[in-house]
Amino acid sequence: MSKLAQVEVTHAASAAEEISAYMSEQEKKSLLRFLTCGSVDDGKSTLIGRLLYDTKLIFEDQLAALTNDSRKHGTNGEDIDLALLVDGLEAEREQGITIDVAYRFFSTPKRKFIVADTPGHEQYTRNMATGASTADLAIVLVDARQGILRQTRRHSYIASLLGIRNIVLAVNKIDLVDYSQDVFDRIVADYQAFASNLGFNTMQAIPLSARFGDNVIGPSANLAWYKGPALLQHLENVPLDSADSARPLRFPVQFVNRPNLDFRGFAGTIASGTIAPGDEVVVAKSGKSSRVKRIVTWDGDLEVAHEGQAVTIVLEDEIEVSRGNMLVAPEARPEVADQFAAHLVWFAEHALIPGRSYILRTETDQVTATVTDLKYRVDINSFAEVAAKSLDLNEVGVCNISTQEPIAFDPYKSNRSTGSFILIDRLTNATVGAGMIDFALRRASNVHWQALDVDKASRAAQKDQKPAVLWFTGLSGSGKSTVANLVEKRLSSIGKHTYILDGDNVRHGLNRDLGFTEEDRVENIRRVGEVAKLMVDAGLIVLVSFISPFITERRMVRELLGDGEFLEVFVDTPFEECARRDPKGLYAKALRGDIKNFTGVDSPYEPPENPELHLKTVGRTAEELASEVERLLVEHGVIFNYDQSSWSI
Amino acid sequence: MTKNLTHLQRLEAEAIHIFREVAATFSNPVMLYSIGKDSSVMLHLAMKAFYPAKPPFPFLHVDSTFKFREMITFRDSEAERLGFDLLVHSNQEGIEQGISPFVHGSNTHTHIMKTVALRQALDKYGFDAAFGGARRDEEKSRAKERIFSFRNAQHSWDPKNQRPEMWKIYNTRVAKGESIRVFPISNWTELDVWQYIMLEDIPIVPLYFAAERPVVERDGMLIMRDDERMKLLPGEVLQDRMVRFRTLGCYPLTGAVESDAATLPEIVSEMLVARTSERQGRMIDKDEAGSMEKKKREGYF
Repeated sequence: MSKLAQVEVTHAASAAEEISAYMSEQEKKSLLRFLTCGSVDDGKSTLIGRLLYDTKLIFEDQLAALTNDSRKHGTNGEDIDLALLVDGLEAEREQGITIDVAYRFFSTPKRKFIVADTPGHEQYTRNMATGASTADLAIVLVDARQGILRQTRRHSYIASLLGIRNIVLAVNKIDLVDYSQDVFDRIVADYQAFASNLGFNTMQAIPLSARFGDNVIGPSANLAWYKGPALLQHLENVPLDSADSARPLRFPVQFVNRPNLDFRGFAGTIASGTIAPGDEVVVAKSGKSSRVKRIVTWDGDLEVAHEGQAVTIVLEDEIEVSRGNMLVAPEARPEVADQFAAHLVWFAEHALIPGRSYILRTETDQVTATVTDLKYRVDINSFAEVAAKSLDLNEVGVCNISTQEPIAFDPYKSNRSTGSFILIDRLTNATVGAGMIDFALRRASNVHWQALDVDKASRAAQKDQKPAVLWFTGLSGSGKSTVANLVEKRLSSIGKHTYILDGDNVRHGLNRDLGFTEEDRVENIRRVGEVAKLMVDAGLIVLVSFISPFITERRMVRELLGDGEFLEVFVDTPFEECARRDPKGLYAKALRGDIKNFTGVDSPYEPPENPELHLKTVGRTAEELASEVERLLVEHGVIFNYDQSSWSI
Repeated sequence: MTKNLTHLQRLEAEAIHIFREVAATFSNPVMLYSIGKDSSVMLHLAMKAFYPAKPPFPFLHVDSTFKFREMITFRDSEAERLGFDLLVHSNQEGIEQGISPFVHGSNTHTHIMKTVALRQALDKYGFDAAFGGARRDEEKSRAKERIFSFRNAQHSWDPKNQRPEMWKIYNTRVAKGESIRVFPISNWTELDVWQYIMLEDIPIVPLYFAAERPVVERDGMLIMRDDERMKLLPGEVLQDRMVRFRTLGCYPLTGAVESDAATLPEIVSEMLVARTSERQGRMIDKDEAGSMEKKKREGYF
């Protein structure tokens, strides 16, 4: 080998050594995930821009683009505007605000950081919550000239609610109040006055100027009176919660891996605790137990696996486990319940309405759920508990939730992974809320169903019919009651047992306490649905004649009943025709504005998407329509053993 | 926070969790395989996530017909080595019209041969979820994107109205025709990717390593002449220079950097002193301000 070649080999070897030394150093670094929050214009994005800039993490081409952007959208005159580094959306740069959370990455010799820069506007609170849900620390910014604002309180509260235990109170723009210690002390006192009850473990207040860099990565001569750490020193040194290996095993099953008949493994990420071959584990929902046979990974089987690892578990026994279930420690099991109390943050324009059905999703499980009782709303300013009938966009409340099937969970405060859930709108699939479970409600386990000897089938057999609900929906005056009455008369004449639940009549008795707001309409339908269900249980053919304007509630009733028991009949009469007929004179009043929340006028009607029967009424007689309903009943086997000739009444 | 896991182990576990979540909740997912280093990492993670089974979805390569030849060779050898299900789609109308970045410019070429081609492929197979290897540290609008990023039936992204993404609970529900783009390595940085490739010994296209290659200086970038479709302009000289690529795409649109880094440790050490971001080598990002966001809204990955 030539001398030159030898030199090159040595050089390459030392580069490799240097890099591997560097990498093992990188490996040892801890990771801190934090977010910046606070009110609009408190300088959140500027602060992150400053951190990235001063830790030399801005590349030359990014700086060139920034200089360009600053001239176009900047708010600092001739200076570069650091906020433009993080406000990545066009709309954000144009309006000079942050709309959605941006994630940024930087590292120092001590730590790696993932920063979530979150929006300050109240309307984007859900994006702030998104950033907070995975953070270990929150920097709450306050403009030194403004002091504590509504959003300062809201964001501090949400950070606390989501389980963040470390807070930095960054009193920004201190340069604009002449670096005044008095101003700083006053703001800190104001903050402590309300934040002392929020359960933070560490709270560090730091005066700084993001724009000029005072106290951001190092101490500032302008703030000589301040003896605490600069922001970056604090972020590098704040103690982190390390995984508590004493926490009990929680292994939510994501999916069952079955490549062939000889292998059946449960894939998932360990939410807490550790697991090793030979350990006894219990299936949370069934209580069945087995032992861990193998912990399988691509890199070979493991002797032990810890919190945070994504693995595949093979058990000794063939027991039933599917997605949504959990493998858990036998001596410390999670709750399994279908009713629980939870804190809820609402994200949607459309208010949360108790009684309406949503999809509830945990890390791996999914069930239908309703909020059965909204106990109170939390006032963001005073943190007071306020009575409420619904939750609007960005509001926080405490409620009871009932799920169609039991789910396995822990209280959120003992496990963020197994104690959290989101709510999804059934029609739009939008994520409408996020919840943190407080505790299981025991009611579910104490109120058992009374097992009865005479059951639905025997009562139905006695009546020679199959019980069902005929659900007539449509605008007021569309002809629902007329058709329902005619059908009932005919059914009665052939010896069938029926009952009509009519909207107006029920509102005189059972539902006399309900008005016509959206919340009350939902409750109205829920009660009628439950009554109809009892009547079906009694063996009856129930004819329900209700405007029932919302798809969601009709679907809720459908789900209350067994397969084939709910027959939706859409009585389709155009609005103009209903208003022309106006049998009760209601349209005239509503159009004059004398009646509020009138369906079709100032309250929406959502037509069924797939009704069992779509009755277009215009140009047809009530008799023709009733005959169509009868055909439907025959097709669905509700009526049988009848004499054909008796049909032409 | 787990004391036992390193930074990369945490990122790996997060990505595997995301891969499994998609396989468990979507009926027809696909992975977009672009052959670059991020795709190599994604492929490796997918193999890990479903071991001992194979990834339960196909890998789609949208071929603009202007990829580096070495990329295509590498793609086919990886499909052979790992036995995954490879689909290749090109926009046939674009080919018939002779769309080329040399004739029609980078914008038109990217739109027709990448964005439109991708939409065609997604529609053709009816995929309801598509994995991509985008990272949040790459570009400003990417930094804003969710890990599970919703697309309407027209494949477009509405950045002002993204679904909240709380904890590790992903809303994977879509109506017919809608889909979700999924980015399992959202939280990785370029350095993380290189460290992981090194640690796990993941094969990558040789173009990432420095070698003598025929390049031309054009519009301030070093463009490698990969085939005769690239004609030299007056005054341009083809020269062999020691170069490598930090990112790979269509060869006429991807700038090389001068470098001697011929091994992974050398690449990582070069990265550590780099003063430009990797997307600087991409022409499409520079055409206009907010250009990546605009392309994403149109359905680009």
